[in-house]
Amino acid sequence: MRDMNLIEILYKLILPALFDTMKMLLISTILSLIFGCIVAIVLIATEENGLRPNSCVHKVLDVIVNIIRSFPFIILIVAIIPFTRFFVGTSIGIKGAIVPLTIASTPFMARVIEGSLKEVDKSLIEAAKSFGASDMQIIFKVMFIEAIPSIISGICLGIVSLLGATAMAGAVGAGGLGAVAITYGHQSFNDKVMYSVVVVLIILVQCIQVMGNFLYNKLK
Amino acid sequence: MSNNIYYYSLIMQIIKIKLVKISYKLWTGKGSESLIIVKDLKKRYNDFAVLHGINLNISKGDIYGLVGRSGAGKSTLLRCINGLESYDEGKLIVNGMEMSSYNREGLREARKEIGMIFQNFSLLERKTVYDNVALPMVCWKYPNSEIDKRVNELLELVGILDKRNKRPRNLSGGQKQRVAIARALALNPKILLCDEATSALDPKTTKSILALLREINEKLGITIIIVTHQIEVVKQICNKACILENGKIVEEGSVEEIFFRQSPAMKRFLGEEEEINYSIGKSIQIFISEDLNNNAIFTQMALDLNITFSIVGGRMERYGNKNLGFFVISLKDDQYPRVIKYLDSKSIVWRDMMTNIDFIGKKGELKCEI
Repeated sequence: MRDMNLIEILYKLILPALFDTMKMLLISTILSLIFGCIVAIVLIATEENGLRPNSCVHKVLDVIVNIIRSFPFIILIVAIIPFTRFFVGTSIGIKGAIVPLTIASTPFMARVIEGSLKEVDKSLIEAAKSFGASDMQIIFKVMFIEAIPSIISGICLGIVSLLGATAMAGAVGAGGLGAVAITYGHQSFNDKVMYSVVVVLIILVQCIQVMGNFLYNKLK
Repeated sequence: MSNNIYYYSLIMQIIKIKLVKISYKLWTGKGSESLIIVKDLKKRYNDFAVLHGINLNISKGDIYGLVGRSGAGKSTLLRCINGLESYDEGKLIVNGMEMSSYNREGLREARKEIGMIFQNFSLLERKTVYDNVALPMVCWKYPNSEIDKRVNELLELVGILDKRNKRPRNLSGGQKQRVAIARALALNPKILLCDEATSALDPKTTKSILALLREINEKLGITIIIVTHQIEVVKQICNKACILENGKIVEEGSVEEIFFRQSPAMKRFLGEEEEINYSIGKSIQIFISEDLNNNAIFTQMALDLNITFSIVGGRMERYGNKNLGFFVISLKDDQYPRVIKYLDSKSIVWRDMMTNIDFIGKKGELKCEI
């Protein structure tokens, strides 16, 4: 393996790992967005001056979100192994990684979306109420519409940190780019492999950010 | 002798005023159709009372001004009318229904009848003018063809049909408020609430928006309630107004009445300094409406009574389409009874600056306070 040239490293090691990473990234992003949206909407609606104030629900959810966010990701993976097993039957591989990735990323996405929705002008919500819009219409036809650009740039941030997390998940048996960098690169003293992975990750992050900025500017 | 005449006329005036007060009450009691009735409305935030017992009657077709300095509770009162704020005690009847009796769905339904516009326009920045105006109808699931027809109609009415595909950020403040007005009218409301709608606009744009509101009031018969701290707004379009101070109504009536009365509340609101101390002789404030002004009242009086006096203060202002004003004249004591007799014979409204008692001439319908 040490005598592999760069092309071989790319084809045999990095490309398959890239696919795995992308798969983890895509699925956990979509899942965490769905759950994050729900959490954000509940947080926004139940806050003190929200559409349906309910301090009890708000506080409980708020604390849960904070608890999950305070776990270092590597600890979270290990801590929820029984839960992961129960859900997907295994705690390793892509399947095993998606559960902790989603759980770690959901509170992040929720906070990003909550923050963006909070930025929406209060008088805009009043205006919508004044013509008799329902709470759901206010959330989806007014708040989300106005907050979309800032939600997109927040999501971008979330995806990049999720990418970092997938690499960490690689260290505990999830596969993907992180695993290649650690096992084939770092632990085998193969700098060529390790730095190739780093370069690929840099390009990936760049792509995500450029795409995010493009969408932000286009939608704003 | 002259003193006797003075006191006699004073007593007569007081009786007259009492009678007018009673007849005024009878008249307002049975008057035109009340669209909004507020009775002893109270609201508090924690320990702070925002509204202490508000009583109001707004009739169909009125342009009613709620005036006051910031923090007086005028916006809160306005928000109670369409249920954006709740109230603790009292009655608030809009369209014949008590606002606090609605459930969530009922309130949404009731709000269809009440449009509202805001100081900062409250438009969706990411949607076009067309989509903004269409939004209320989209929320109420009107068919697309109807929405299209109505939006074009409304944009035509407010005069920005050519901007229909622009985003609000490409519009001027006045144009944005026009979009907001079109949106507020989308569901054919009976009432339009304006919350400091012109406060963010320059004077010229303010005028054009007010002209539009007046047109809407006249053409569509929509009752308009305007919350403002700009007295110019009230002067320009309101027919009735009240002044709020610390959650209480301290002055109420038709705009003409409020102006004629020049009550302390009105002066406090305008932030006018105390008047010059008219200590020498007698001072009388004489109120003037356009028709009187044309008859050269002062020179005529000087000629008729063969007296001289000095004019020590005064002001003319335009209220709606009328010119109203007052002048303060200073007289020698012995001229006083003759002058007031003259003024009464000409039915001119005047006020003694020393006693602060109002006297009524022609404007018999005025409600006066002693």
